[in-house]
Amino acid sequence: MIGISHYLILSGLLFSIGFIGVLRRRNLLMLFFATEVMLNAVNIAFAAIGSYYGDLSGQMFAFFVIAVAASEVAVGLGLLIVLYKKYGSLDLEVIANMKG
Amino acid sequence: MYEFIAFYVFAISTTILFLITVMSKNVLYAMTSLAAGMVMISGFFFLLGADFLGVVQLIVYVGAVMALYAFAMMFFDATKDIKEKHSNPALVFLLGGLMALVFVVIFSAPIIGENIEALYPVGGAAELVANAYGPGMIAGNTHDVGHILFTKYLVPFELAAVMLLVAMIAGIILAGKKMDHSLTTNDDEYEYEDEILKEESK
Repeated sequence: MIGISHYLILSGLLFSIGFIGVLRRRNLLMLFFATEVMLNAVNIAFAAIGSYYGDLSGQMFAFFVIAVAASEVAVGLGLLIVLYKKYGSLDLEVIANMKG
Repeated sequence: MYEFIAFYVFAISTTILFLITVMSKNVLYAMTSLAAGMVMISGFFFLLGADFLGVVQLIVYVGAVMALYAFAMMFFDATKDIKEKHSNPALVFLLGGLMALVFVVIFSAPIIGENIEALYPVGGAAELVANAYGPGMIAGNTHDVGHILFTKYLVPFELAAVMLLVAMIAGIILAGKKMDHSLTTNDDEYEYEDEILKEESK
């Protein structure tokens, strides 16, 4: 039996990988990939904690996270297509029109 | 023993695959490694005894979400390498490393709430299954999940259904406008050809 800390440390590492992706990516599609990585990392933590306590709530929350991720992708990709039609690019440097 | 081997194989492969996702310059490589990493993540769910969650992960993430990304990539130029201008890459890795450190410290710290009781314990559907199928029938993970989902989590389940419907309509409306115009090829040629065809038909 693997301890819960193994799963949680792995989840933290994967979340940090996704976080680095969100920070360093300048392309919107790649930014979406990085968010998917973060959502998956959180799902691992939910399932691990749920199984550690013998509780099903963790799995339930993971299900709802998956549902939210699916709808996020549907709306987000629609927005990406609209942006691509407008600007011809998905680069954040091109799309950004508020210079701060 | 086998559990250890499986865990470390899955852990190392997910980490490497997600690093490729985050670092790769090519959209196609990033997407493929993301899909492969999600398959590996479903392995963790099977290890943790969450069979139904693992299957849902395979169907929804690897099947539906990745297919959606693949279709969306056809609208954009997927073959070109993405050029990204990094103004300060060292700062990104410093922040990311600090985040990783904080997460690992938080997660590896001893859990303070020692006397946490399971609100919806595993095996809650055992009696129900025994009544329905006779004694000796063991309630699996799917029985438990169904039992909890359609009793305690019914309202969130319905809300998720409405949310998915809203997302579907939003996706159709956002992406569906001017679908007959190509994004990547030159539009003018096609309009010109259309005009020629119209004149010929007259």
